[in-house]
Amino acid sequence: MSETIRFILNGSPVTLDTEADRTLLWVLRTDLELTGAKYGCGAGLCGSCTVVVDGAAVRSCLTSLGGVEGKDVTTIEGLAQSGELHPLQEAFRKLGGFQCGYCTPGMIMNAYALLLKGPSPGRDAIVQGMESNLCRCSAYTRIVEAIETAAAELGGSHE
Amino acid sequence: MSDMRQMDRREFVKLLGGGIVVVVNLGPLTLFNSRDPLDFQRGYPEDINAYLHIAEDGKVTLFSGKIEMGQGVMTSLTQMAAEDLGVSLETIHIVMGDTDRCPWDMGTFGSLTTRMFGPAVRAAAARARLVLTDLASERLGVARDALKVEDGVVFVEADRSRRVSYGELARGQEITHTVDEEAVLRAVEEFKVMGDSPERLDGYDKMTGAAKFAGDIRLPGMLYARILRPPAHGARLTRVDTSAAEAMPGITVVNQGGLVATLASDPEKAEKALNLIEADYELPTPSVDTESIFDHLVAAAPAPNTTEREGDLEAGRAQCAQEFEATYYNAYVAHAPIEPHTAVAELKDGKMTVWSSTQGPFSQQRTIAREIGYDAGDVRVITPYVGGGFGGKVSGRQAVEAARLAVITGAPVQVAWTRAEEFFYDSFRPAAVLKVASGIDGDGKIKLWDYQVYGAGSRGSGVFYDIPNRSVRVYGEWGRAPEGLHPFAVGPWRAPAANSNRFAAEQQIDIMAAAVGIDPLEFRLLNTTDERMLAVLRKAAEVYGWEAATAPRRGGRGRGLACGIDAETYVALVADVTVDPATGHVQVDRVVCVQDMGLVVNPDGARMQMEGCIAMGLGYAFGEEIRFEGGKILDSNFGTYKLARFSWMPKIETAFVSNDALPPKGGGEPAIINVGAVVANAIFDATGARVYRLPMTADRVLAAIRST
Repeated sequence: MSETIRFILNGSPVTLDTEADRTLLWVLRTDLELTGAKYGCGAGLCGSCTVVVDGAAVRSCLTSLGGVEGKDVTTIEGLAQSGELHPLQEAFRKLGGFQCGYCTPGMIMNAYALLLKGPSPGRDAIVQGMESNLCRCSAYTRIVEAIETAAAELGGSHE
Repeated sequence: MSDMRQMDRREFVKLLGGGIVVVVNLGPLTLFNSRDPLDFQRGYPEDINAYLHIAEDGKVTLFSGKIEMGQGVMTSLTQMAAEDLGVSLETIHIVMGDTDRCPWDMGTFGSLTTRMFGPAVRAAAARARLVLTDLASERLGVARDALKVEDGVVFVEADRSRRVSYGELARGQEITHTVDEEAVLRAVEEFKVMGDSPERLDGYDKMTGAAKFAGDIRLPGMLYARILRPPAHGARLTRVDTSAAEAMPGITVVNQGGLVATLASDPEKAEKALNLIEADYELPTPSVDTESIFDHLVAAAPAPNTTEREGDLEAGRAQCAQEFEATYYNAYVAHAPIEPHTAVAELKDGKMTVWSSTQGPFSQQRTIAREIGYDAGDVRVITPYVGGGFGGKVSGRQAVEAARLAVITGAPVQVAWTRAEEFFYDSFRPAAVLKVASGIDGDGKIKLWDYQVYGAGSRGSGVFYDIPNRSVRVYGEWGRAPEGLHPFAVGPWRAPAANSNRFAAEQQIDIMAAAVGIDPLEFRLLNTTDERMLAVLRKAAEVYGWEAATAPRRGGRGRGLACGIDAETYVALVADVTVDPATGHVQVDRVVCVQDMGLVVNPDGARMQMEGCIAMGLGYAFGEEIRFEGGKILDSNFGTYKLARFSWMPKIETAFVSNDALPPKGGGEPAIINVGAVVANAIFDATGARVYRLPMTADRVLAAIRST
């Protein structure tokens, strides 16, 4: 049954008339044509669909559209400001924290939420916070370095 | 086929309009025939293998049949063209894996792109530069020797104000040049140091979500398909009832020629409809499972191919003071790219266009054409960014499925496999049994090597130790497995067969070193005279800070060493591990990896591949294993199928043995081949226990410790 769902997406209000039980991932990827968040497993096990809702990383493949009603949703498309990459994106790019790039949006969004939670995590906290995101190309060590670098650059003044 | 391509070529050149086109024609290609036996190697056709186009506005386009799946070749190929053409990286646009626009290519696999395709690109670029310099010489009235090129501008060296740009030179021209095999071979010989590590050209778009993968293609009226799948390989559909799905509004149901699918404007809706389909299957009785597969492989394997035979095994035995026999096992392993197989197909004016996540756009084009009854010329495969391949996207029925559904429904169709479908239809790395008998004399010299591999194949089984009496017998190659040997499809997985072969061979070497009480490094140095191997071993020892000691040292911490050759690259690994004797849990603390890969085109890119190999290798070393009962695959997602994760990562150090005189060798695979062995050898050093079976799960490590 169709309902009217409203939320903030990458800083702008969005209104959708659709079923509230649809999955956020597919609404983003189909209705809204934001294809940055990726399907990887459909079960919250790989993290490639990660987006940030009210400051926390969520698996959009397990999140219903109704669940973000009235909330603030940030996807990878909303991170760069007027073409300028966020320090996390810049660090991932510069330090080679990606190979095929498919898991990258989820990695960056998960890291973004991690830095929102605590702006200067140590290496162990980064590893722990990123543990549930999978990268089959296995760029793991460079991803950790990229997050450390971005965290240092943000110097606790995240956002 | 050849005529069609040549016609395409003329049309293509015409289509480009003016400017200068340099095509590479490698002919029958001795260059490509000097390869290891890749089963699917067909040799290149007698046609073009690369194009370079300099347009009238000075824009340069490189057309390559290779694809970008994370290995960074979009950048390294562009870098090579830029270097030889004398332009900046940004000047060049690269078109990859588009069968209508790019020259034929056999596929992106086997660590071939840089070492085989690279020289072709460089030869084309060098020729283009020559053509342009000649034009400039005419235009400026100056001998060619007096000219220099910088950043796409030709100028008189003595008077920089006399200059002309590539764009100006290309204007009004319609020049086509062909570079032949000889010129390419020369380029291989002259391949000079580049050594830069520019930022990756695909970096920005991959950071912002703008990079398009096959599943990100959106077409007006596109339908998302979900396809009915059997519960097991070999199952036969006996009854299907689609009426409930058909009753759902907005759903198209297809039931044709064994293809049962639901389609909708939203994949979740298609999924809901699929779940309403009732289907009965007849299931074959499972004959093998995860545990019984090994006996089956030995019993059902085809007759061996003897790939090495030297001396006399019986005479070798007589020379041995000690003999050793061991059997090693390896599991079926999935490719598990995070992007599942995906394709979007659109039929328009009699032409089928398919955007596909594939490592082989041209082979896929042929397969699609055959399956839907089209001429290959009426099928175009476009390869967007590919989200990881590792050999698994060499095959891909999803593209055929999308094309069939587009023909049946008349709408553009996306087929994106779920994770369960990805695990079900993957072409797994084959399980393997490896039986090794070896022996040493009283001085620690290996005198006997009797090696038999079942199921995996030959790659990585070559002997580089100086063993006078040796035999290598290969019972079945992964690419030519007889019917019934494996219960499902198997295929190439990052360095096919080599991971299994090195796991056995390098442990066997260590077993002998330990038995004779010689340090594992010293034992290897004592038993090989291969200069490149000696060099990588010595360098690895130096980087690691190796001090001689006999294994096992026990105490819960240990170090391992392993080496090998893959894709003509020499590689040595040293690893430190900590083993928890109570749980069998192994943490790898540090890995040193040294490669002699000939000339290194892009050092940072090469390091990334080495790091990726090591990190991914820890997955097959500790966690990855497809469990099955006959044709039923029991692992369907990452909850039970264990990939390497952040917390598994050791400190990784990479280094090269510099060998610039040698043209570039493979970089995408070599470093993964020894990961199983180096960890197993380190576990032995830490505990005195040998683990003979991959993956070395905590349970198996614990069992090995307890039986020691």
